Amino acid sequence: MSAPAIVSTAPVARAGAAAKKTGVKHRRAILTFVLPFGTLFALFYLVPIGYAIQRSLLVIERDGTFGQAREVFGGLSQYVLVFQNGPFWRSIARVLTFGAVQVPVMLGLALLFALLLDSPLLRGKKFFRLAFFVPYAVPGVIAAIMWGFLYSPKLSPFSAVTENVDFMSADLVLWSIANVVTWVYVGYNMLIIYSSLLAIPTELYEAARLDGAGQVRIAWSIKIPLIMPAIVLTAIFSIIGTLQLLAEPQVFRSFSSAVTSTFTPNLTVYSTSSIPNFNLAAAFSVVLALATFVLSFTFLKFTARKEAK
Amino acid sequence: MSTALESPAPARSRKARRSAGNTAPTAPTGPRENPFARSGAMLVMGVFTLYFLVPIWWLLVAASKSSSQFTSTNPLWFADMSIVQNIGDLVAYRDGVYFRWLLNSVFYAGAGALLATVIAGMCGYALAKYRFPGREVIFNVVLGGVLVPATALALPLFLIFSQVNLTNTYWAVFLPSLVSPFGVYLARIYAAASVPDELIEAARLDGAGEVRTFFTVAVRLMFPALVTVFLFQFVAIWNNFFLPLIMLRDEALFPVTLGLYSWNSQVNQIPELRGYVLIGALLSIIPLIITFLLLQRFWRNGLGTGSVK
Repeated sequence: MSAPAIVSTAPVARAGAAAKKTGVKHRRAILTFVLPFGTLFALFYLVPIGYAIQRSLLVIERDGTFGQAREVFGGLSQYVLVFQNGPFWRSIARVLTFGAVQVPVMLGLALLFALLLDSPLLRGKKFFRLAFFVPYAVPGVIAAIMWGFLYSPKLSPFSAVTENVDFMSADLVLWSIANVVTWVYVGYNMLIIYSSLLAIPTELYEAARLDGAGQVRIAWSIKIPLIMPAIVLTAIFSIIGTLQLLAEPQVFRSFSSAVTSTFTPNLTVYSTSSIPNFNLAAAFSVVLALATFVLSFTFLKFTARKEAK
Repeated sequence: MSTALESPAPARSRKARRSAGNTAPTAPTGPRENPFARSGAMLVMGVFTLYFLVPIWWLLVAASKSSSQFTSTNPLWFADMSIVQNIGDLVAYRDGVYFRWLLNSVFYAGAGALLATVIAGMCGYALAKYRFPGREVIFNVVLGGVLVPATALALPLFLIFSQVNLTNTYWAVFLPSLVSPFGVYLARIYAAASVPDELIEAARLDGAGEVRTFFTVAVRLMFPALVTVFLFQFVAIWNNFFLPLIMLRDEALFPVTLGLYSWNSQVNQIPELRGYVLIGALLSIIPLIITFLLLQRFWRNGLGTGSVK
């Protein structure tokens, strides 16, 4: 193979620098493995982010009302517009409210189901595991369309309920969307938690069982602390998902006028870009991505510190 | 217990032990479970089985009816079976544009996920098995990428692609979906745990090149993780909505989610679209459900790996 030849020509590979030597030894292989991902990651993650930041710093300037439009550097003026934009911040507040209720409910259910699947209380575990996971195979758009019918006063199989409760009203539509999201993702989160329960050695709670501890006690004192990392992981992905809500509310716009074009932050980005006002939309995107990153990162650090105690 | 057959080895022995304990009350396995707890657990799971499956059952029933019977018969039970007729109408409608969308989705998700898996697998393997300068930096940047959701990138990607006049093409949706930071993360953890250094060393002594060793030896050992990466990337692309929504104008390029969304938002103007939306929604989720059922042995193992860490 040609790898040793590279070693002799590479300047870093001096005798004695053992760690560096192995590093350079397979340089060609390493490049072959890392470069495809590295290139694509740079092109479709890093460059777009950089470009969005750049665009968000530009403003459009015209010579007179009908003059030629030019993009010139405007400093943080787009961000000033973002921070003054009431609907955008209301949409952020809306998804945060949504997340504060929906994420705990969804993860609580997922944890309950996972613990039941892992307990000796159930029969037909395989069936339940699959039945609960099936909705994950339904894309958010399709799930929203289905539930749109199920909520409708006339077409719903539950019209006794839907005729009396307007699930598409301004008060309820956010929670109707929460139900769709919960329906899709409970089974997925349940499986993540369940597979980390399976990884716990039984010996850890056999002693507790012999001492007469019930399933609830075992779950609370032994299992849940051990699977905390899996729960944290599901929580982070759920927080990210919440801030990024788009498909379900976008579909619900055709069922309900209560879902405005600025209902969620991503809808605001989309409707601003269709005006088209790309510079402002880019600024919205940057703020949203940053907020998402900060929130999930803080959550990660916060839970990590709590666990360390 | 039938689940035992499907589980990974450690879980199998553990479950076998546990179920043996349950069938032999004299064995020293602590108190038997309270019958009230058993029926309570079954009741909870039974109720939620209805919650998860009734909407899908409703869709199956609704898609099998003619449009007059859709409104006039019991929404949760079959009337005259016209599912074949409905599929026939869908094929005929506007030269079968629906099936074009379905094919587009299969291409975006199938080819995209396959390539993304290979690329992420190579990178994760290199990060796990080679020492080279910058390794930790790359891994941390990739980990940051996991926290940046795909939807946050949709607008930046749109801005970049419009810069090179590639919006409204297959590439605009296909290329960004080749990047899976989560795949790299999972592949790295799994490779570190499941590919022994001795084996790579042995392959080296046999004269196999590094790249060949990866594709012949490592891929086999990493297979469960790679199937998981493939499946979740497949679902992510199949469900992706924002990127095609913002990138594509030409209906012929739509994935099935965007196509059904566009039909659904025109239902109020063109009522006959409702039937097409229903049968189209049903047909679009069947491939995913089947794929998940067939491959569950693999993804359940791999799912555990990502969360246990």
